[in-house]
Amino acid sequence: MSLIEITEVRKSFGANEVLKGINIDVDPGEVIAIIGKSGSGKSTLLRCINGLELIDNGSISVAGAGLLPDELHLKALRLKVGMIFQQFNLFPHLTAGGNVVLSQMVVRKTPKAEAEAMARKMLERVGLGHKYDAFPDELSGGQQQRVAIARALAMQPIALLCDEITSALDPELVAEVLGVVRELASEGMTLLMVTHEMKFARDVCSRVVFMHQGRVHEIGKPEEVFADPKTPELKQFLGMH
Amino acid sequence: MIEFSLWDIVRNLLLAARWTVVLSLVSFMGGALVGTLLLFMRIGRRRVLGLFAKYYVELFQGTPLLMQLFLAFFGLGLVGIDVPAWLAAGVALILWSAAFLTEIWRGCVEAIAKGQWEASSSLGMGYVQQMRYVILPQAMKIAIPPTVGFSVQVIKGTALTSIIGFVELSKAGTVVTNATFQPFMVYGLVALIYFALCWPLSKSSQVLERKLNVAHRNH
Amino acid sequence: MFDYAWLAQYWPVLLKGILVTIQLITVGAAAGIALGIACAWVRSLGPKWLRPAVTAYVELIRNTPFLIQLFFIFFGLPSLGLQMSEFQAANLAMIINLGAYSCEIIRAGIQATPRGQFEAGASLAMTPFETFRHVILVPSLQRIWPALCSQVIIVMLGSSVVSQIAAEDLTFAANFIQSRTFRAFEAYFVSTAIYLVLAILLRQVLIAAGSFIFPRRSGR
Ligand SMILES: Nc1ncnc2c1ncn2[C@@H]1O[C@H](COP(=O)(O)OP(=O)(O)OP(=O)(O)O)[C@@H](O)[C@H]1O
Ligand SMILES: [Mg+2]
Repeated sequence: MSLIEITEVRKSFGANEVLKGINIDVDPGEVIAIIGKSGSGKSTLLRCINGLELIDNGSISVAGAGLLPDELHLKALRLKVGMIFQQFNLFPHLTAGGNVVLSQMVVRKTPKAEAEAMARKMLERVGLGHKYDAFPDELSGGQQQRVAIARALAMQPIALLCDEITSALDPELVAEVLGVVRELASEGMTLLMVTHEMKFARDVCSRVVFMHQGRVHEIGKPEEVFADPKTPELKQFLGMH
Repeated sequence: MIEFSLWDIVRNLLLAARWTVVLSLVSFMGGALVGTLLLFMRIGRRRVLGLFAKYYVELFQGTPLLMQLFLAFFGLGLVGIDVPAWLAAGVALILWSAAFLTEIWRGCVEAIAKGQWEASSSLGMGYVQQMRYVILPQAMKIAIPPTVGFSVQVIKGTALTSIIGFVELSKAGTVVTNATFQPFMVYGLVALIYFALCWPLSKSSQVLERKLNVAHRNH
Repeated sequence: MFDYAWLAQYWPVLLKGILVTIQLITVGAAAGIALGIACAWVRSLGPKWLRPAVTAYVELIRNTPFLIQLFFIFFGLPSLGLQMSEFQAANLAMIINLGAYSCEIIRAGIQATPRGQFEAGASLAMTPFETFRHVILVPSLQRIWPALCSQVIIVMLGSSVVSQIAAEDLTFAANFIQSRTFRAFEAYFVSTAIYLVLAILLRQVLIAAGSFIFPRRSGR
């Protein structure tokens, strides 16, 4: 059985149909790269999976749990899938440790000591154990993004959604974040990531989804998709890179 | 005991509300005049005058309007004249309004001055010319919404003059209450009349502010 | 011409008035800001059906004089069976007044929050209210803290009119002294000076409270 099942998903903003019937099944441990031109609907798809946008049609289920627009179901879903954002979105008034502790205590009602131990472990895992007490504005972009990853991991999700998580970073900081993601992939975490890092997609991902005008235009293993694009749109897109 | 109809009450309140309006207008316009003077002292190049205006503003913003009214009332009395309440009320409210308007306008001038100063001095203009042709025209534009907004504070401020015996809407409210023993209704009506005077001004201030923001974003 | 000899006899009266004024603004500020936070939450994120009521409250308070609000509460509400002491009525009026103003100030702070903060909270499975409470609120308050401080000072100075319902604050003390000594100008002059000092001290206290509540300098 697939871990994430996306079936005939449609989403419009007003008259603008952004997702026009998306079908993707993701198996446990898969790492999926989503590529495509700006405006093709990549972010919208990820946001739908996390319930940040409500879908108009079709269905999304994660580990058998369906996505329904009430608070209880949304919460159940979001406990299963974490999300990392392009702009990090760390909480500025909390330390790195505080960022990782907060949702454990608020949502899972984890006791403080336990949540802190988890936070240390997760920050350790992204290589930032020594930055537990640092505030976000004392960290570099790459470090902030790694804290964001630790924060999502602390909720023990079974899948992570990453939306262009290196796009806001200076070039020299991209590698440290991708290194963490690579590590996660090798540990068997299921990942859906929108990315412009074609080399990373080729090396790490199990499948590549090429989106075009709100549809899955091509999908396949990276070696097939990159070496032998079937459609002129993908050819053109890869040519641009 | 005489019976008062609702209309009797409303009529008396409305008649008194005229004095609220008159006092508000006088205070606002007088305050604008004195405030303009203070503004030029505040942003001008004479340090002593600037400091005077600064402390003037801090004094009037740091003490209760009611105390200012009392001091005007009894202070003018010390000078020898038997002060009518309207005079003390007018003087205190004008001086008080001036302080707030000066501060509002200074904010506007400084908001403009930041970017425009260098541009205009690079064109070889002197201080007065810069003020006259570059800073003030722009500052006046952004000053309109908060100035309209402050007029609401002036109207509400006039309510305090009832305490030193000036007969306006609030005083009438108390007088009518004492005659009718219906405080709930009378003060409710008084509040509604104030609301009718203030709300249109608050709303226009908000609308003007929004328009200004939109206009600025389009630049 | 000026005579301050009365101070020797009447300073305890002033002191008592000062303490009442401080008491009023302490309770008023704490409860008023709490009310403001609740209203700001309703107006920006809370249940839609509650919003018109809160909007009406805010507009009504902001467009009527505090003196009339005070009279309405102290003289008007007892006819509905709500009896209060002078002090309670004064405090209630201040809370209701500050609640409305701080609602608008705090709402501006909430609206300046980057959208990503709400989304980050949601993606961590927090409910909208949990996100507000733990993620949005503190940085929002920090953003508008200076404006909130100014508003609290305005309410403190405005509280001088509670003497009109015989709440025994600083102004009441001044009224009392002038009625006994007939040194009206001096009595008001001294109490005005005290108000000025109180305003300056209050600002310092609020700024200190701010740096205690918000240990980080920047809110973003
Ligand atoms: N909240 C919204 N309201 C209205 N339109 C939206 C909204 N969010 C996205 N869109 C529109 O949906 C389309 C797809 O946007 P989306 O962000 O999914 O694209 P994307 O593939 O992630 O692009 P990019 O590579 O630039 O991030 C765009 O045309 C965008 O304008
Ligand atoms: Mg995107």
